[in-house]
Amino acid sequence: MTMQNLDSKIPAGPLAEKWSRHKAAIRVVSPANKRKLEIIVVGTGLGGASAAASLAELGYNVKAFCYQDSPRRAHSIAAQGGINAAKNYQNDNDSIYRLFYDTVKGGDYRAREANVYRLAEVSPNIIDQCVAQGVPFAREYGGLLDNRSFGGVLVSRTFYARGQTGQQLLLGAYQALNRQIAKGNVKMYTRHEMLDVVIIDGKARGIIARDMITGQIKRFGAHAVVVATGGYGNVFFLSTNAMGSNGSAAWQCYKKGAMFANPCFVQIHPTCIPVHGDQQSKLTLMSESLRNDGRVWVPKKIEDAQKLREGKIGPNDIAEEDRDFYLERRYPSYGNLVPRDVASRAAKERCDAGYGVNSEGKAVYLDFKYAIDRLGRNVIEERYGNLFQMYEKITDQDPYKVPMQIYPAIHYTMGGIWVDYNLMTTVPGLYSIGEANFSDHGANRLGASALMQGLADGYFILPYTIGDYLAGEIMTPKIDINAPEFVEAEKNVTQRIEKLFHIKGAKTVDYYHKKLGNIMWDFVGMSRNEEGLKQAIAKIRELRDEFWKNVKVPGELNNLNPELEKAGRLADFFDIGELIALDALDRNESCGGHFREESVTEDGEALRNDEKYTYVSVWEHQGEGKEPVLHKEPLIYENIKLSQRSYK
Amino acid sequence: MRTLNYHSGAINNGTMADKILKKLNIEVWRQNNAKSKGKFETYTIENISTGTSFLEMLDILNNDLIEKGIDPIAFDHDCREGICGTCSLYINGRPHGPDSAVTTCQLHMRKFKEGETITIEPWRAKAFPVIKDLVVNRSAFEQILQAGGFVSVNTGGVPDGNAILISHEDAEEAMDAASCIGCGACVAACKNSSAMLFVSAKVSHLAKLPQGRVEAKRRARNMVAKMDELGFGGCTNTQACEAECPKSISISNIARLNREYLAARFSE
Repeated sequence: MTMQNLDSKIPAGPLAEKWSRHKAAIRVVSPANKRKLEIIVVGTGLGGASAAASLAELGYNVKAFCYQDSPRRAHSIAAQGGINAAKNYQNDNDSIYRLFYDTVKGGDYRAREANVYRLAEVSPNIIDQCVAQGVPFAREYGGLLDNRSFGGVLVSRTFYARGQTGQQLLLGAYQALNRQIAKGNVKMYTRHEMLDVVIIDGKARGIIARDMITGQIKRFGAHAVVVATGGYGNVFFLSTNAMGSNGSAAWQCYKKGAMFANPCFVQIHPTCIPVHGDQQSKLTLMSESLRNDGRVWVPKKIEDAQKLREGKIGPNDIAEEDRDFYLERRYPSYGNLVPRDVASRAAKERCDAGYGVNSEGKAVYLDFKYAIDRLGRNVIEERYGNLFQMYEKITDQDPYKVPMQIYPAIHYTMGGIWVDYNLMTTVPGLYSIGEANFSDHGANRLGASALMQGLADGYFILPYTIGDYLAGEIMTPKIDINAPEFVEAEKNVTQRIEKLFHIKGAKTVDYYHKKLGNIMWDFVGMSRNEEGLKQAIAKIRELRDEFWKNVKVPGELNNLNPELEKAGRLADFFDIGELIALDALDRNESCGGHFREESVTEDGEALRNDEKYTYVSVWEHQGEGKEPVLHKEPLIYENIKLSQRSYK
Repeated sequence: MRTLNYHSGAINNGTMADKILKKLNIEVWRQNNAKSKGKFETYTIENISTGTSFLEMLDILNNDLIEKGIDPIAFDHDCREGICGTCSLYINGRPHGPDSAVTTCQLHMRKFKEGETITIEPWRAKAFPVIKDLVVNRSAFEQILQAGGFVSVNTGGVPDGNAILISHEDAEEAMDAASCIGCGACVAACKNSSAMLFVSAKVSHLAKLPQGRVEAKRRARNMVAKMDELGFGGCTNTQACEAECPKSISISNIARLNREYLAARFSE
């Protein structure tokens, strides 16, 4: 494939005018023609639901798909803390430029300037839209919208609905989607899982999906396909993702020619409930917003940490002067609100040095005593009540009385399908939005920016840019799902399912998934090095071979079969895990969530290497069992001067 | 601000104290598909930590079953942090089991005793037919919301977020109602299989806000009509729904729905 496919299509002109100029230049489809065009949207989280609703409002015929039993259950629902927008309602000198700058800096200078600026530019519209839909954002006593602070920034620009902001924003998008379903503009397919994308004459023309209740493999045609299926964090087995979250739709796109960007950029969130025992299936996030009022600490004395681990003393037995508020100590200007990657590494550093506080030695404290003393319990309850309840139910500890125990966990994937400025992949007519694409967060995402990006893509960007492509498709008749490409794709999907089903080996899908997760966490997790990454690649390949010989998928093909669904997703996770490791091996610098032990400053902070690595790593599939080819999209900074990030 | 009716005697010295449950009996509803007849089967499971979640216990049981060549138990679940509303188990005669204000996925094994027999059934309601084992079809909820559970605004062309003033109390009250996760526990708890708590939560959420006020009457009328059409029963005020709601949605929402509904009927 030529480098021409990697044209990012960033418009010319000054940064602040690029999006306006681009919108003026791109084509628009007439209402009469929109009625003749069909669009498939896969995934119904913030990106997918907002896109499906907005496209249907414009007059397109939309088919939307989700694996859940309702679009409302997509994992955006679990986002807690908030959504950023450059409203400057607090008069604290916020602006579109400042949000843009914070996001590029927070992403450790590995995101495109033009994309991020556009994200900041449309952010105020998102808040207006959500308010109009009836999203019950927190309000001040005077009736105005309230804001809170998040990590990596010095202003208050985060809008929130208790600790359930993702839930409320998704319900807003879901309501808009429901309205279009009722009008017949969206045909909704729940409990359907996309298993392949169909390409005809180089263009995306539909998908193959499995009806998860009947097992039937179905063909769906459209003039364009939008993949909004979230991230691939579950490759690590334990993560904050939902159990069903998977990378398979994105991976099928990759195998059909859509290139994959920056797979090694995975976010490890600093404030999750620690792993406990070996029967655990997932990790639970405690919102970053808690770092507004909670103080992070471990004991100063190693003997205190020892006693804590043995359960001989509790945290409240440790005197004030014996507590090490290590984030405040190391990063006085940002303190507890340093970005996620910095906070995660600092927690790991303390625990590795022997100061961890739970029996496994892998936890630090997040303490609300100081905030409760300052503000009163009622205020804390109003701000974080649901999170405190969640913590208590899981751990049987009351965080109003004892500090929370937290530890970093896999949370979000900045990497994803490569897209140009129009959010189109390297396959014409195939788009990717939200967490599924790579576009806006560089090497580290700032808190409260995932919701912003999902809704920016779905409400305000894709509905414009997809028109430019579809304007060239108005003469294309309804896609024929009996075309040979559909027949072939369906055959391949069926054969793969049957192959998995008939292995009838000895071990369960979860057995292999846990093993893969351990390899990923140990060698491709918070700290990476060349030797470990090479080992990981060899181990993943070995485990994948064993999986394809020895996995046991029970049940029936033509019935609801969760084990079969999991097996298909895990088969793709092996391949995704391998690509993450390959990408991490190539990038011998530390930036954002990607930490290479070979690249650190004298005082142990991450060291970026701009001379060698100021590019997007773009991987191209070469066929089963072949090494993928790495292309590099250079990142050009015309407005921001690159500097080593400092939060000190 | 509502009061959270949780708290169960948590350990407050900051140490974790998990025990091992050596043996449990799991009596579970097995039904191969919507058409087949279901029945209870009993399995035993050993060495479960009290810090393990209920669904993780089922994962472990399923792994045992698969290794023994028995079809694993199908159950709905996804986020496993109490917010997506997918999990839907009727445990020992209660939706979401013996803890209060939690979903099944937040229920932990510390709520069960050594040697106990735990009975697990799917939601039982005419409007929620069984798909397989413990998985039910809740698409009736989708249809109710499609009948009117939204504000009729398109993307774009809306006023500034601060142009609409909403009092702190109204926003909080709307948020209380909007916390509904659509799990269906209210229907499963109700002897009439009424969906009134679910419907009233959406009606209240939107009726409490000026943006939603405009269509409040039409919304109430259309959603109630759809609910009746889909075979949910009527409300006889037993309050079982509120008691079992994992999000503590208040039945005062039902009173508000009734007011909106009556107003809608009078204005016809």
